[in-house]
Amino acid sequence: MAEDIIRTENLSVTFDGFRALNKLNFSMKHGELRVVIGPNGAGKTTLLDAICGKVTPSEGRVLFNGKDLRGLREYEIVHSGVGRKFQTPSIYRDHTVFENLELSYKAKKTVLSTLFARRTRTVREQIRRILELVGLQDKIDQRAGALSHGEKQWLEIGMVIVQDPDLLLIDEPVAGMTDDESAKTGELLTSIAQDQAILVIEHDMTFVRQIAQTVTVLHEGALLFEGPVDQVQRHPRVVEIYLGREKGDRAHA
Amino acid sequence: MERAVSPAQLLALGRHQTNRRRSAEAAGFVAVAAVLLVVLPLLNVVGRPIPGEAVDAAWYWLSDVQLNLLGRYLSYALLALGIDLIWGYTGILSLCQALFFCLGGYCMGMYLSLQTGAEGVYESTLPDFMVWNRVTELPLFWQPFHSFWFTMVAVVTVPALFALVFGFLTFRSRVRGVYFAVLTQALAYSMWLLFNRNSMNLGGTNGLTNFKKIVPTFFGSATTFRLAEPAVQRGLFIITSVCLLGAFLLCRWLTGSRLGRVLTAIRDNENRVRFSGYNPADFKVFVFVVAAALAGVAGALYVPQTGIITPGKMSVAASIDMVIWVAVGGRGTLIGAALGALIVNAMYSYFTTHFAAYWPYALGLLFVAVVMLIPAGLVGLPAQIRGSLARRQRRNDEP
Repeated sequence: MAEDIIRTENLSVTFDGFRALNKLNFSMKHGELRVVIGPNGAGKTTLLDAICGKVTPSEGRVLFNGKDLRGLREYEIVHSGVGRKFQTPSIYRDHTVFENLELSYKAKKTVLSTLFARRTRTVREQIRRILELVGLQDKIDQRAGALSHGEKQWLEIGMVIVQDPDLLLIDEPVAGMTDDESAKTGELLTSIAQDQAILVIEHDMTFVRQIAQTVTVLHEGALLFEGPVDQVQRHPRVVEIYLGREKGDRAHA
Repeated sequence: MERAVSPAQLLALGRHQTNRRRSAEAAGFVAVAAVLLVVLPLLNVVGRPIPGEAVDAAWYWLSDVQLNLLGRYLSYALLALGIDLIWGYTGILSLCQALFFCLGGYCMGMYLSLQTGAEGVYESTLPDFMVWNRVTELPLFWQPFHSFWFTMVAVVTVPALFALVFGFLTFRSRVRGVYFAVLTQALAYSMWLLFNRNSMNLGGTNGLTNFKKIVPTFFGSATTFRLAEPAVQRGLFIITSVCLLGAFLLCRWLTGSRLGRVLTAIRDNENRVRFSGYNPADFKVFVFVVAAALAGVAGALYVPQTGIITPGKMSVAASIDMVIWVAVGGRGTLIGAALGALIVNAMYSYFTTHFAAYWPYALGLLFVAVVMLIPAGLVGLPAQIRGSLARRQRRNDEP
C-alpha cells in the first residue's frame, strides 16, 4: 500500500445530480505508466480533475504519496508533485516556447520570488534539454500561439515535465496528431515513465497498445476492468461497451 | 528560401535585437525626461511677459495655464500606467481606478485644506465647509493630515490598503471578468454616494477646495510654497514628471520580470497558471494594489495643480473614461497607456473650449473606432499597417 503513488478511495464526483465518478477505487504504483480508457462520459477526465483539485469530490478521498489531497488548492497540489496536461492544448500563446517552459519550471512561485527571479544557466540548460526531449529545440524563441497543433501538445507535455512532478496526468496527448507524431509521443512518454508515474487518458487504441503496461477501463464512473492490454481487448464486457462501440463509430465514419 | 539556423544562433540574434531595442528605449526615455524636466519648464521661464514693464510674452512662451494643464495630464498618464498593468497586462477590467485616484486626491486635499487654516473665507482654523456645516471641532480622522509626511505616506497607502482588502476578498473567491468589473463599479458608485454626504465631513458634493500653500518640513524646518505662484506650479509640474518617469521605470521593471510574464499568462490562460503552480489570486491582488497606489499618487499630484477635488471625480463614468484613454493609446504597452491619457485629455480640452456639446459624441466615436479598427491602439497602429501591407504583398505574390 505504501508504494502507491496515487490511490482513490470511494471517490465520487457529482455534477447537478449526475455522478461522473461513482465510488471509484483506483491506484497506481511509483514509476508506472497507466492508460485509462472508457467511453465518453465514463469519468476519465473527471478522475484527473479530482486528483489535481480542479473538481471537489462529493465523497471519498484522494491519497497522493499517502497524503490526503482534500482541501488543497490546485497550485498546492502542483507543488506536492502532480502535473497536469489538458485535453485541448493549454499553453501561454503570447509567450515564447522558452518562456512557456520557464513559467512552468519547478521553482518557488510566490509574487516576490517571481519578481526577483533570474534566468540562471541551470534553468536555461534544463529547459533546452526538455525542448530536445519533446523535439521543439528549433522553436525556442517562437511565439507558442504560432505552433502547430501537435507542437502545442508537445509543448504542454514539456511544460508538465519541466515541473518535475512525481505523477503526470496526461489527457489525450495524441488527439489531432498524425500517426508519426503519435508514435513519437508514445516514445516520449515511455522514456520519461522510467522516472515518473504517468496516468494517460487515450482513445486511440493503436497508441494505447504502443505504450500501455496496464490498462484501466472506466464505465459510468466506476472501474470496469483492469489488466494488461491484450486481456483488455479480449474482455467481453469491454469489447461490448467500449471497443465494439469504437468499431461502430469507425464504420459510421 | 529556407536556411538552417541553430538555436544558439537564434538566441544570439534574439539577444542582439533585444540589446538594440533596449538602447533605443533608453535613448527615448532620456529624451522624454529631458523634455519634461528641462525643456518645458524652461519654456515657461524664458519669454515670460512682465506686466509692469509692458514686456509681452514671447511667441514660444509656454503659459502658466498650459504648463499647469499639461501637469494635470501627466498625473492622468501616471494613473493610466496602473490601469495598463491591471487591464492591459493582466486582463482584469477594473472600473474603480478613479476612486483610488480620489482617495489619494482627498488625502492631499485634506492636508491642503488644513494648511489654508485661518486664510480661509471664515478665518477659522477649520476648513470652510466645516464652518458652514456648523462643525466646531476637527474630526479625529482629519488630525493626522496636519503632517506633510503623514499625508505623503497616506496618498499611497490609503488606496493601496483599500485595494488590498477589496482585491483579497474578490480574487480569492475567484470573482472574474465581467463580474469583477460590475463589482468595482458598484464599489465606485457606493463610495461616490458616501463622499457626497455632508456627514462624511469631506465637503459633500462641493468637495475640498480653496487651497493656498504646501508647507513641507525637511529636517525640522518648514518651507512655505504658495500654490498661486507660477514657480510653485512649475515645481509641481517637475515633481509630477519625476513621479511619472519613476512610475514608468517601476512598471517597466514589473512587466519585464518573470512576474510580468505570469501576469500576461493569467490574462491568456488563468487555468494553466494555476496548474503551473501559481496562485493567480496573489498576483491579481498584487497588481491591483500597485495600480491603486499609482492612482493614489496621481490623485495627490493632480489636486494641488487643479485646486479642487470633488466626488464627481470618482464617479463610475470617470473610471470608464480612464479605461478609454488606455484603449485608445494601446493597452499592453506602457507607452501606449501614457500617450493615450495625454492625447484623449488634450482632445477633451480642445473640444470643451471649441464645441463643448459634442465631446461625449467625439469620445464615444473615438472609442468605437479604436475598438473596431485598431484594437492594439494608436501605438499598435504602425505594426498593424505593416502587417496588413505584408498580407497584401503576399496575396499579390500568389498567382
